Amino acid sequence: MTPLLQVEGIAKMYGARIGCTDVSFDLFPGEVMGVVGESGSGKSTLLNCLAGHLQPDAGAVCFDTRAEGLRDTVTMSEPERRMLSRTDWAFVHQHARDGLRMNVSAGGNVGERLMAVNARHYGEIRDKAIDWLGRVEISADRIDDRPTAFSGGMQQRLQIARNLVTGPRLVFMDEPTGGLDVSVQARLLDLLRGLVREMGLSAIIVTHDLAVVRLLADRLMVMKDGHVIESGLTDQVLDDPQHAYTQLLVSSVLQV
Amino acid sequence: MITVENVSKTFTLHNQGAAEISVMRDASLSVAAGECVALVGASGAGKSTLMRMIYGNYLTQSGRIMVGDLDVVTAAPRQVIQLRRTTLGYVSQFLRVVPRVSTLDVVAEPLLATGSDRDHAMQRAEALLLRLNIPERLWQLSPTTFSGGEQQRVNIARGFAYPYPALLLDEPTASLDPTNRATVLEMILQAKARGVAIIGIFHDHAARDEICDREFDVTAFTPDRSV
Repeated sequence: MTPLLQVEGIAKMYGARIGCTDVSFDLFPGEVMGVVGESGSGKSTLLNCLAGHLQPDAGAVCFDTRAEGLRDTVTMSEPERRMLSRTDWAFVHQHARDGLRMNVSAGGNVGERLMAVNARHYGEIRDKAIDWLGRVEISADRIDDRPTAFSGGMQQRLQIARNLVTGPRLVFMDEPTGGLDVSVQARLLDLLRGLVREMGLSAIIVTHDLAVVRLLADRLMVMKDGHVIESGLTDQVLDDPQHAYTQLLVSSVLQV
Repeated sequence: MITVENVSKTFTLHNQGAAEISVMRDASLSVAAGECVALVGASGAGKSTLMRMIYGNYLTQSGRIMVGDLDVVTAAPRQVIQLRRTTLGYVSQFLRVVPRVSTLDVVAEPLLATGSDRDHAMQRAEALLLRLNIPERLWQLSPTTFSGGEQQRVNIARGFAYPYPALLLDEPTASLDPTNRATVLEMILQAKARGVAIIGIFHDHAARDEICDREFDVTAFTPDRSV
């Protein structure tokens, strides 16, 4: 089986300081990988390098494109990369307002992504927008409201609808449940799990919440000071951590 | 179906003076299709550890653990994920689920994850919950609020939803009343008759005698703790 994403030796420096370094892994279709670590461990830097938001200083990020198979997205042209980010990738930001257009209606936010991949028929775009709002549990009568009138949890669900409406194959998520209260988090987790399974999505989820990765991720990568210090099956890394730092991380979680 | 060869396990506790705790040395065990083997030994002897090593939940330092054609010790994460989806089931003592998800969905999930259509998965889940005496009015609720015995039965229903050829059972009859205990034993015997290879931990001696073909005492492979 060809990996959907093949990452080799990614490094990003901020001056003399390491953002992340020597990160390599394969992600296969349908796999969800979690990346955990404390603030400043390099997990968001890594995610931004993978998603083409940051130019890495070294390494390759090869994506299995529909037309030409594995292509290095680091060295491809900007328009090609931008096309991929519209058709095959999605990026769910921690703060919904970074991923939404706050002065455009909910329906417009979802429809805009469709128009970016050349959907032109107004009725079809609106129908699809309503369908997706329903899938993320936003009622159709809110379609003309702006995200500013939505709660935090609803904004996050709208962001997910906007991202998934074009049927991407790879979703990058940066702390998707951060900042939401616990009951809303649970609802969002359930929604994400269902969508991942039904659409056969692959995803990379950056978070500092170990409970979130246990429920969502098949595999886990632990980062510290820009390095990947441990990786493996999610439950194996959490239940039988090998590295001193991972053991500390796991044992520091409060049991409820 | 399941072959464990010369496996050893050591935990290194880096944050407690790098203490090295050797919990298993050179254990070997083989379980054929249709056979049920009970892991026995005192509490702390390593029964659950061995079971978790077979499931790939704990890493194994040396030796081989073949489940079907896959060596769990050296397999890549995605191979273990696939193995758990279609070959090796595990009924643990604890139910771990996404909050807010209905009991029916929790039980049907292993079927949905392997591509069963939704109707079939739901029918199977309903049949299992009915058989295990979970009242129908609870089916749409999340099992997180259920009693211990109810949670355990939901866990068993989930573990038996997909017809795995190999099963690991960790105390499946603990905290069950006599009626439900009998139902669970009957389900295990039926799985055996279908040719499922089973490894179990049973503190319930009568249950062990009724369904297990032999016992495997892990104490024989527990390194001497005094050294």
